[in-house]
Order: sequence, then C-alpha cells, then structure tokens
Amino acid sequence: MTTLGDSFLTAWQLVSLADARLAGIVWLSLRVSLTATLIACIVGMPIGALLAVGRFPGRRILVVLFNGLMGLPPVVVGLLVYLLLSRAGPLGSFGLLFSPTAMVIAQAILVTPIVAALTRQVVADEWAEYREQLRSLGASRARAAATLLWDGRFSLTTAGLAGFGRAIAEVGAVMIVGGNIDGVTRVMTTTIALETSKGDLPLALALGFVLIAVVLSVNAFAYALRGWAEKRWG
Amino acid sequence: MDGWLDIDHLGLRESGTHIVEDVTLTLAAPRTVVLGPNGAGKSTLLRLIHGLLHPGSGRLTWLKPLSQAMVFQRPIMLRTTALENIEYGLKLQGHAAPERRRRAAEALTRVGLESIAGRPARLLSGGEQQRVALARAWALEPELLILDEPTASLDPASTREVERIIGEIAASGTRILMTTHNLGQAKRIAEEIIFIDRGRIVEQTAVARFFTLPQTEAAQRFLQEETP
Repeated sequence: MTTLGDSFLTAWQLVSLADARLAGIVWLSLRVSLTATLIACIVGMPIGALLAVGRFPGRRILVVLFNGLMGLPPVVVGLLVYLLLSRAGPLGSFGLLFSPTAMVIAQAILVTPIVAALTRQVVADEWAEYREQLRSLGASRARAAATLLWDGRFSLTTAGLAGFGRAIAEVGAVMIVGGNIDGVTRVMTTTIALETSKGDLPLALALGFVLIAVVLSVNAFAYALRGWAEKRWG
Repeated sequence: MDGWLDIDHLGLRESGTHIVEDVTLTLAAPRTVVLGPNGAGKSTLLRLIHGLLHPGSGRLTWLKPLSQAMVFQRPIMLRTTALENIEYGLKLQGHAAPERRRRAAEALTRVGLESIAGRPARLLSGGEQQRVALARAWALEPELLILDEPTASLDPASTREVERIIGEIAASGTRILMTTHNLGQAKRIAEEIIFIDRGRIVEQTAVARFFTLPQTEAAQRFLQEETP
C-alpha cells in the first residue's frame, strides 16, 4: 500500500510523461463528451430559443420540464439508454451497447436539457430587449429565435460549457452503457472509480488532475472568449 | 388633405386602468406630432398604430395601406456591424444580397455615417446608434415612419442631427408620426399636433394654432409647464 505522497508523485510522473494508457483514456473522454455536447447544442439551443420566444400551447409545461430535466440522474439516463440499446431493446439491432457511440448518446440525452434550459434563459432576456424592434422589422417568431441565438452566441458559450462540464464529469451513464471496457469504453471518470476501488491510487489521481485541468482550461477559454467578444461587439 | 388612417373609438386597458381610452381621429397630415404629459398614452397609441399592441376596443381603418417602420427611444442594435444592422431589416423583407448591401450603404450615407459602416454597432455612441436605427428604418423606404421620442436620450448635437434626418425622410415623401417632449422640436417638425392627456385625445390642431391659441385648458396648462 503506497502512501498518499507516493501516489501523488507517481500520478505526476504519469501526467508529465504523457503515459500512453493515460493519454488514451483522456482522449476518449474528450471525444465522447465533446461530441455529446455538440449534439446537445445543435438540438438544445433551438429548443431553448423557441421556448423563449414561441407562443404555443404547452410552452410553460415544457419550460418547467426542461428546467427539471437539468437535474436528470446520470444512472437513470444510463439505464434508459441501456434498455434501448440492449439486444432485446428497440434499437438493439444496431449493436451499439458498450461502444463509445452509446456513451455519446447517453451523455447527449443527459446534457440537452441543460443546454436548452440555459439557452432559454439567455434568449428570453434578449427577447425582452429586442422584441419590439424585431417585430417592427417584421421578423417571425422562428426568425427572431434564430436571430437571438446568433446575437447571443457569446453568452451562449456558458450554456455549452455547463453541458460539457456535466458530460465530462459524470460516471453513472457512461459506466452503464459503456461498460468500462479497458481500451474501448474506459473514460476518465469510470477509470477513477475503478482504480480507486482496486486501490491503484496513482492512476486515479493522475486522471483526477487531468479532469480538473480540462474543466478549468475549457472554462478559462470560454471566459477569455466572452471577454474578447464583449470588447469587440459590445 | 386626404386622410390615411381612421381611428375609431380605440381603447386599451391594462390591469383595469385605461392607457388609451376612446380615441377617435383621422390622421391626414404628412407630419404629425403627438404631445402630452408623461404617461398620457402617447407611446401606447403609436404602438397600437404600428401593430405592436392589439387594441382592447375600437378599430384602426387604413384608408391607404401604408408600409411602416418604427424608430424607438432606445436604439436596439444587433451584435454585428452598423451596415449589417441596416441590412438585417432589408433581409427580413426578402431583398437579395447585392440590393441589400447597396440600399444599406446608401441609407448609411444619407445619415452621414458611411465612415463607420464596418464598426460594431453596439459600440457606437447613443447618437450614432440612433442614426443607424433611422438608416435601418429609412432603407426600408416606408410610407409611414413612426418615431417614439427618438431624441429623448440624446445630447443637443445628436438631437439636431436626428431632426435633420427626420426632415429629409419627410421630404422624401414619407409620412411622419412621432412623439416628443421637446416642444421646439415639435414646432420644427410638425404640421399637425395631437394633444393627448390621460389616454384621451384633447386637441388635434395645426401646429401654429396649437402653440399660439391652444383650445383647451389642459393644453394651455401643458404648454405653460413645459415651456422653460
């Protein structure tokens, strides 16, 4: 049993040497979570914008629903996607279970409500300000939604970021639908959970460092982008 | 003068109080200024005419169907260049890209801002933003331009410039309907004054007559209070 200090030392060596196994896990994590976030943005942002400017029956219910789904438990999403993709499930014939694609699907489902709800908030604030001008110019509601998405593009990085943070940090969904198979579906969070339970603290810690570094640097990048954009466009 | 808009017993209530009440009038003058104390319902009347609000009662009858544009007290600029802000309005009207670009550039030149075409619109001064808003409206070549206190938050130099532009838009044949708190401006721009108080039309008179011989006590009081 290594001491805590030794664990930190070994972890740091793994990171600084860019250990191949470590790098593979980090790369898969990024690939899965970035793809899931991208899909969530493509689906969730238009939904959020239409919820903000649209007038149709059931809009309020949908707003409450999407806000509520922000707190969707990852294990439950994992379970539902597992049932869909398992051999006997409706999408079983595609053979996607225990593949990175299954993990992308699960995370995209998990993150879409977050992106949609946060987008709705941003676009609703803009709509309050722009509404009369856009209507005066003759913009339809769908057109206004598209315009406000584009106009709020820099504020909306926050929505994408929150989604990515959620995706990259969750364990439950990817564990269930990915199966944590070494070299195939093992990502940072599932490895940390596994290695910690096995007692291999250095690898778990090294991944913990990387995970925190990734989240921090993505946030820093988004913060810098917003700052630049505000100076550039006001 | 041929009337272009008949307003018949127009009313709008909000949470029980009348904002506009039983307004009946015919608009015929090429340049009409709506005057009245704060909260008289001037902006609401303009929004009802422009179609941004739906009347609670009564109706508007367009004797001549007029294409409209509106300029607001606070200019709303999209996060893009000044030129593209003007193009946006044309785009919504379905004009093709080359024509949009040409008409937007022309409008920007007419308001004296061709040099800032590529600048981010939201970083322009308040006066410049209002001129871009005027250019955006002008580029649409509306038959009726509605302006809601277009100079209320501007400095005197910008106010003069905006007045000059409104004068040119009027000279190009566009009907003007506006509100202002600036009585000098009302005198300079208006041909006809509509005086409104507590949601009701009190007077509709030629500009010279309104300022020299206001017919009602309310208008007399208003002129006394507003004249420095």
